[in-house]
Amino acid sequence: MDLFIQQILAGLAVGGIYASLALALVMIYQATEHVNFAQGEMAMFSTYIAWSLIQAGFPYWAAFFATLLISFIAGVVIERVIVRPIQGSILSVVVVFIGLLVILHSLAGWIYTYTQKSFPSPMPDMAVMGVNLQELAAIGVTLVVLFLIFAFFRWTPLGLAMRAAAQNPESAVLVGIHVGWMLALGWGLAAAVGAVAGMMVAPKLTLDPSMMGSVLIYAFAGALLGGISSPGGAVIGGFAVGILENLIGTYVPVVGNELKLTVALILIIGVLIVKPSGMFGQTVTVRV
Amino acid sequence: MSLLEVSRLKASYGEIQALHGVDLALDESSVTTVLGANGAGKTTLLRAICGTVSRTGEISFAGERIDAAPTASIIRRGIGHVPEGRGTFVKLSVEDNLKLGAYARRDRGAAAEDMERVYGYFPVLAERRRQQAGTLSGGEQQMLAIGRALMSRPRLLVLDEPSFGLAPKIVSMIFEIMARIRDERQAALLLVEQNAALALDFADHAYLLETGRMIRAGRAADLREDAAIRRAYLGY
Repeated sequence: MDLFIQQILAGLAVGGIYASLALALVMIYQATEHVNFAQGEMAMFSTYIAWSLIQAGFPYWAAFFATLLISFIAGVVIERVIVRPIQGSILSVVVVFIGLLVILHSLAGWIYTYTQKSFPSPMPDMAVMGVNLQELAAIGVTLVVLFLIFAFFRWTPLGLAMRAAAQNPESAVLVGIHVGWMLALGWGLAAAVGAVAGMMVAPKLTLDPSMMGSVLIYAFAGALLGGISSPGGAVIGGFAVGILENLIGTYVPVVGNELKLTVALILIIGVLIVKPSGMFGQTVTVRV
Repeated sequence: MSLLEVSRLKASYGEIQALHGVDLALDESSVTTVLGANGAGKTTLLRAICGTVSRTGEISFAGERIDAAPTASIIRRGIGHVPEGRGTFVKLSVEDNLKLGAYARRDRGAAAEDMERVYGYFPVLAERRRQQAGTLSGGEQQMLAIGRALMSRPRLLVLDEPSFGLAPKIVSMIFEIMARIRDERQAALLLVEQNAALALDFADHAYLLETGRMIRAGRAADLREDAAIRRAYLGY
């Protein structure tokens, strides 16, 4: 039973990371109907920035918040400079995103080398009453971030304007919303949320340029499971994938650690076949 | 000085030119209607004024040139646009739709007053304020679109076929409310309508647009008595 609870907690910890990244993906998808394949590498690069700051002697939380700010600004700049000028087919957008992925990956390898680095957690690596404190910290930080994002979109005028711009850009312009800037802001927020995911997953995986590869796949699985058109669904999907991954890895001997990623891929394909809109994908009712 | 002054306005969709040098002027607190058949360029004219279609020519609003400004900035200067098809934010609540109308305003207190005023015009919207706007009927969505545009407290309210696709009873209700807005002199109105009789009764001034050119302009009452216009647009 203890093992079961431990696996659930571990699942929630890693699920929160998938949920954050899934949310970042959905935020951009909702506004532009593009899936940002570079989201994981952006998060990885943010984590390296945090690592550099910590190496330079900054305390953990100072580095954490500075990284969020830097990532936010970088996200805005990427949208303005790289994504915005791309007008064209979906294919050109995909190619740009993959290009961004490769560039960030190589850039991180070039600057920081491909050797693994240890990344600190805000909590010591110890267990209290069978609960790992680092996992607890990851769950706590993720939940706070997810709540803040929710509150921002739900209760602030700017959050409302961003939702409006994503849903109906033509009408958003007609109430005086500068839609282009809302998109850039969305990229900034997604980059910051991704940075949190990176900094939470790095203590567990150790930091290297490839660390977000599998995380991104799990985040995709979470986003699709919950519904890529539903931010709340993507978050729940992310948590569900984390828990599933751990339970299946523990209790289904055939799967074990080696095949866990395969489970995520099967999940993606399964969801796409059975319910393409995901568990919480919205069907909008419109009367005319 | 006119509130809105348009001269030699041209607009096109890609290769197809929809407006061939249109002139129009309207005064503060006046009511102006633009009539014309389907495809005459009425919607394009409104879009060109608000900058959602590429255009050349001169447009001045409240004494300032707006023909090079981006749409969001034009709206912020005091033009409320009720678009063709209503432009509802279907996934948001009725109240959030109205709040968005006041997005560009900084005086939140007065915006809250205006929301009560809009609910006063359209009590049905108050009843449904928590409902997803996409579930409203067509008439209710039209009311919401007008309410949303009023939320910015515009000096000019631009309406694109507010009667389109609605039952006669709903149409007369919407025109009653528009008449109240007109009589209270809250804003100048620029109304594009296919229902020419209704529009001419409602407006002070009228323009007649035909294949992208203004072919007549004058007092609405005079145009209503014009034999050619009666035959072509009023059907008697």
